[in-house]
Amino acid sequence: MVSITINGNQYSVPADYSILKAAEENGINIPTLCYEEGLTITGSCRMCVVEVKGVRKLLASCATPVTEGMEVQTESERVISARRDILRLLIANHDLRCLTCERNGDCRLQDYCYRYKVEDTPYKGDKKHYPIDTDNHFFIRDYSKCIKCGKCVSICAEVNGAHVYDFMERGFDTKVTSAFDDTLQETTCTACGMCVNVCPVGALVEKSVLWEGRPWEVKKVTTTCSYCGVGCQLKLKVKDDRIIGVTADKSGSNLGHLCAKGQFGWEYVHSQDRLTDPLIKRNGVFEKASWEEALTYVAHRLQGILQERGGQAFAGLSSAKCTNEENYLFQKFMRTVLHTNNVDHCARL
Amino acid sequence: MKEILVCGGTGCISGDSRLVHDALEQELSRQGLEAEFKLKYTGCHGFCEQGPVILVTPKDNFYCKVAPQDVPNLIHQLKEGKVYDELLYVEPTTNERILTRHDVPFYKKQQRLVLKNCGIIDPENIDDYLSSCGYKSLQKVLKLQPEQVIQEIKTSGLRGRGGGGFPTGTKWDFARKSVADNKYIICNADEGDPGAFMDRSLSEGDPHAVLEGMLIAGYAIGAQEGYIYIRAEYPLAVKRLSIAIEQAKARGYLGKNLLGSKFDFSIKIKQGAGAFVCGEETALMESIQGNRGMPRPRPPYPAVKGLWDRPSNINNVETLANVPVIMEMGSERYAQIGTEKSKGTKIFALTGKVNNTGLAEVPMGITLREVVFDIGGGVSDGKKFKAVQIGGPSGGCLTEEHLDLPIDYDSLLEAGAMMGSGGLVVMDESTCMVELARFFLSFSRHESCGKCTPCREGNTRLLEILQRIVEGNGEMEDLDRLQSLGENIIQSSLCGLGQTAPNPILSTLKYFRQEYELHVKNKVCPAGVCKALLSYKVMEDKCKACGLCKKSCPTEAITGEKKQAHKIDVSKCAQCGVCMEKCPFDAIIRG
Amino acid sequence: MTGYRIKQAVRNGRKLIVADPRKIELTNYADIWLRHRPGTDIALINGLAHVILRDNLWDVEFVCERCEGFAEWSEVVEGYHPKRVEEITGVKAELIEEAAHLFSQAERASIVYAMGITQHTSGTQNVLSLANLAILTGNVGKEGAGVYPLRGQNNVQGACDMGCLPNYYPGYQLVDALESRHKFTQFWGTDLPDKPGLTLPEMMDAAYSGEIKALYIMGENPVLADPDANHVVKALKNLDFLVVQDIFLTETAELAEVVLPAVSFAEKVGTFTNTERRIQRVRKAITLRGNTQSDWETLVALANKMGHNWVYPRGPEEIMEEIARCTPSYGGINYDRLETRGLQWPCPTSDHPGTPYLHRDTFSRGKGKFHGVHHIPAAEEPDEDYPLLLTTGRNLYQFHTGSMSRRSKLERMRPEELMMMHPDTAKDYRIKDGDYVQVESRRGEVKTKTQVTDHIPPGMVFLTFHYKETPTNRLTNSARDPVCNIPELKVCAVKVKKVMN
Ligand SMILES: Cc1cc2nc3c(=O)[nH]c(=O)nc-3n(C[C@H](O)[C@H](O)[C@H](O)COP(=O)(O)O)c2cc1C
Ligand code: SF4
Ligand code: SF4
Repeated sequence: MVSITINGNQYSVPADYSILKAAEENGINIPTLCYEEGLTITGSCRMCVVEVKGVRKLLASCATPVTEGMEVQTESERVISARRDILRLLIANHDLRCLTCERNGDCRLQDYCYRYKVEDTPYKGDKKHYPIDTDNHFFIRDYSKCIKCGKCVSICAEVNGAHVYDFMERGFDTKVTSAFDDTLQETTCTACGMCVNVCPVGALVEKSVLWEGRPWEVKKVTTTCSYCGVGCQLKLKVKDDRIIGVTADKSGSNLGHLCAKGQFGWEYVHSQDRLTDPLIKRNGVFEKASWEEALTYVAHRLQGILQERGGQAFAGLSSAKCTNEENYLFQKFMRTVLHTNNVDHCARL
Repeated sequence: MKEILVCGGTGCISGDSRLVHDALEQELSRQGLEAEFKLKYTGCHGFCEQGPVILVTPKDNFYCKVAPQDVPNLIHQLKEGKVYDELLYVEPTTNERILTRHDVPFYKKQQRLVLKNCGIIDPENIDDYLSSCGYKSLQKVLKLQPEQVIQEIKTSGLRGRGGGGFPTGTKWDFARKSVADNKYIICNADEGDPGAFMDRSLSEGDPHAVLEGMLIAGYAIGAQEGYIYIRAEYPLAVKRLSIAIEQAKARGYLGKNLLGSKFDFSIKIKQGAGAFVCGEETALMESIQGNRGMPRPRPPYPAVKGLWDRPSNINNVETLANVPVIMEMGSERYAQIGTEKSKGTKIFALTGKVNNTGLAEVPMGITLREVVFDIGGGVSDGKKFKAVQIGGPSGGCLTEEHLDLPIDYDSLLEAGAMMGSGGLVVMDESTCMVELARFFLSFSRHESCGKCTPCREGNTRLLEILQRIVEGNGEMEDLDRLQSLGENIIQSSLCGLGQTAPNPILSTLKYFRQEYELHVKNKVCPAGVCKALLSYKVMEDKCKACGLCKKSCPTEAITGEKKQAHKIDVSKCAQCGVCMEKCPFDAIIRG
Repeated sequence: MTGYRIKQAVRNGRKLIVADPRKIELTNYADIWLRHRPGTDIALINGLAHVILRDNLWDVEFVCERCEGFAEWSEVVEGYHPKRVEEITGVKAELIEEAAHLFSQAERASIVYAMGITQHTSGTQNVLSLANLAILTGNVGKEGAGVYPLRGQNNVQGACDMGCLPNYYPGYQLVDALESRHKFTQFWGTDLPDKPGLTLPEMMDAAYSGEIKALYIMGENPVLADPDANHVVKALKNLDFLVVQDIFLTETAELAEVVLPAVSFAEKVGTFTNTERRIQRVRKAITLRGNTQSDWETLVALANKMGHNWVYPRGPEEIMEEIARCTPSYGGINYDRLETRGLQWPCPTSDHPGTPYLHRDTFSRGKGKFHGVHHIPAAEEPDEDYPLLLTTGRNLYQFHTGSMSRRSKLERMRPEELMMMHPDTAKDYRIKDGDYVQVESRRGEVKTKTQVTDHIPPGMVFLTFHYKETPTNRLTNSARDPVCNIPELKVCAVKVKKVMN
């Protein structure tokens, strides 16, 4: 543990903490754009710079470890001046069509401009425009809104291992792209969508949310993925009682990371093929029935067989897709209502 | 035996020194004089302005601007034991011919410690190096404990010559103390500053000294492998370093159990693609690893986690070339050279509006005046001294008031400039300081790696503002914007490139603010450089209404009656300047 | 996701050994790739153990203090010297030695496996031999070590925990143990059958033979998912009464007499238990579709229609309270505690923090037991009539029988089956990339497009079971592991011929 002073208050924090982490844990928010827990620290956006007593330059708090006796100012005049200029520079080279941006209201760039009262930029000049890439099935890439934080590059390389993205060109011409500037189909992209989830602005956006609703109209429900046994935690984005997308949730052991199925595999929920009514087969064809009718029918049939043959004539297959509660009731049903232990599920497949 | 030392540095080569050398070789053999004269093709002599140059020992006669057709006459004179007057250096102020190199003003105030072999030995021949005490320092070092070696370097007060001026011994100490299975020594020969060529000249002229420095550093920190990162635009340096490595291997100065000790060391060369930012130590290591050359945040410092995540020590070519010198002369003697906090010598690349351009090694603490006027021979074409830009694109400018400033790390920083790698550009009254700042900034903008926001976006905006100003579209608020944005870029950028890129603006703004204001308010470039601002004006009080200008103007832009001051219609003026030449009363000005 | 973490570990300098007949993404990351023939896992693992024993690289202290059965087991392993193992598995003896050294010298080593190990007639033995390897090197009960089975479906763990098994009540309480049967008789207030029931494959056989008359299937599609699909269809058709509860009219539901619409995870309230035994919440994001009702409500209504009196006015939350009362390992689970993050069982009391890893100080059975297991050849090996070995698995973009993933944009990534075949084999059969082939086994035939690739060794072909157009399980062998009845989906013999599309 070391003791440091932040904005005049003394704190005791573990010696391996960065200034950013030390501040965060003590309730002091420092703005960041390129920092993402778990990814390599690139220190590139410079939003998180702070003033450290005795150091001439401002330091990136994400990349600077705490040291004993360190005195930090997180919102001094110098710091604010630097942050304001960084924001002015970013919006000077950013497609500012915020009115219809899907991230309007859910955008770090907007939030920080508000926080530091940056209404406009004096740096009017060259601006990069790139055509929007709509070529892949799952998300659009609108690099006129990219702030080059590099998180998409890192998460793809460091978590997925697909190494789809990298920076191209230098200086002002720097652009994030895929190998040979190709569409994602031509790359090693596995469509995990993690780049979309880490993008702090509207540069990478799921196609499914386009024109579906403003971020504040969208409800986010934390739940567990319905595919494999890892049980990733995710947030379903819901608008007007329909799922429109998925975003990261960091409360599970997947730490907010997802694969293609969790991220983009939810559409079956709204499939036209969903069964909506009980069906009873009569003369070889299914006919719609009410619940009352269908359940009575089933109960009657089961009762008949039970009376005639006893429990040994029944078997039940439950599902690894169903919840614990449903599975519990199912085996309870088989055992107590149908008097059989012939109950299994597909664990072996 | 007499030696004829023909300069084979890149500067003289471009002046065809190779042909001179070959002509000498032929002539000597034709006349059967090989036994009498030993001909050598050496590294750079430094006085590139006068190239191709030849030094003849032991008399130290220095011949300039030698052409192949001069060779028969030269040999003729040498054979007779005479001096060939025609080619001796002429002192421009006195028009006197100067007999020995030592008396040439360019060399007089120099102290050539690190450059002592440059221009003297044949860089492609290890024996030449060995016979001038080469690898003696290494032998000495191998008998010491690594800690003792580090102590020697600490005592010498050597500081990094790559720009930062970090104490070398302390840096080695950090790397020594890091524990790992492998450590690296990296020699930074990227030399990206435009106009700087000391590292190139050292690598070309005395490559073994660089290797010896790396070996000693490797022994001191406990590394077994070294990399030389050098730009591919330096083919001759690459070639000579490669030859040196092969020869050192063959003689047992590289390899396993060096000179019977337990120390193993090998050196690889890695060629860079010539991005300025790849000279920054962390970007350089990324580049060696095959990644995009982008700096990474420090800490962790290279001494803890450098190349391939192993502890690494990175030093500049000149820093490393100092090491054998220190070990040879002893750290205490070395520490007597220079000032209290800046020890030893520094090599400067002297360029710009100065009579003697070239490479000069001077003791730290020498004044700017001595460098510009004594060594450099003053401003060229008899013009007036205006300023020097020191430290390349990351440095700042110094003016007349600084001429007596001692050149050392700390005084330069205090004055708003920096030592940098040692570029020194002299400017005269015809230099526009706004345009100068614009020039350096366009370099930095172009070389920004694009990783961090302030440098990537900010330098573009600074450049746009400067562009506006030199085009006559600036406004006064632009000067404040330059100042505040410049400061913020310096404060918040990730690496040294961004942290220094606005320096040329801030220092010119500080010392030449008036020049900026003239551009903005009066739309005038006083140095007459900024094309868009050039306009000719008749100063009414001086005009005698002689009408000569009116007659000479090809576009009939001048109007005026007798006894009435004349006027120039800017919209018709083609800016040819004839009127100004013709005016007998100097009443027409350009600005 | 597990793949991400393994790759991250490799990037952080960890070592990786991959044992897989197929070239998969992870083999690119592996320090050592053991490309053994399918169905030779035990031989390979015993070979590794042999080298570790021979070269004295085992954890003597751990084995002596915490394990038993070592002597007998070591005699079995004795016979698996690398040369012999090379003959069985096709993996070079030197590589086996190298892998054994790498594995045993690691301070902490984990073994991660999935269906490739279990879906064999020797599945149980395969798992046991992996466990042998782990305890031999002391890699159990510490962080970052151990044996990690990867569960295929999202709530397989939960289905097992909840007692959807023929021999267990919730919490692995044996149905044929008097004590637990007594407990549940009391708890549920009704008589319970005393003998263990039938497993899924046995059910199919019993249906086929007419012993089973009625089958209730909740959320399963055995027609596509189970081996020897033709047999399954016949069995289901032979039933008196089949009721299927599902969200889609699956191939199985088509055969039912009554189909009850189910709800998807997005409309559900409940919990899933993941492969780390972590119980996590499922939350309702959207309202019920059409005329559907929650599956728990359906079960409750049906039970009540059949004369029982089930009441859960507070729904799934209340059901979980009941589960906690009868399932010791879930004793401390309740919805309040799960609100912010999941809990790993065993979690016996409401103040217990959950258990991140098992067997820290002792094994659940007391001492870790070495089980001597021998190599058992697969039930069906290629022969003259069926010369190629078929192995099955999954691809990244589809899931299981595809009823979910194929109804999403993922479908566009991989819209059809591509049978993998090695270029050499393809040459023998004059098959080109993209050609259509008919694949035939003793049990059935399917048609598929081909992908010629060296990701699979010569003499072998690979199919998934995602596509109903190519119902791979018509080919697979329903031969089962005698202990746990898992079918041998990973090995069977087939022949291939080129056909027109
Ligand atoms: C943008 C940039 C470019 C640099 N270029 C060079 C270079 O070309 N050569 C060099 O030796 N150091 C260069 N440096 C300094 C190196 O980062 C490093 O400080 C130096 O190599 C350390 O060696 P020294 O301690 O011997 O000076 C550069 C630094 C920056 C920020
Ligand atoms: S696309 Fe988004 S995540 Fe990627 S660099 Fe740009 S702003 Fe960052
Ligand atoms: S300061 Fe410039 S060169 Fe350095 S990291 Fe930032 S963008 Fe790259």
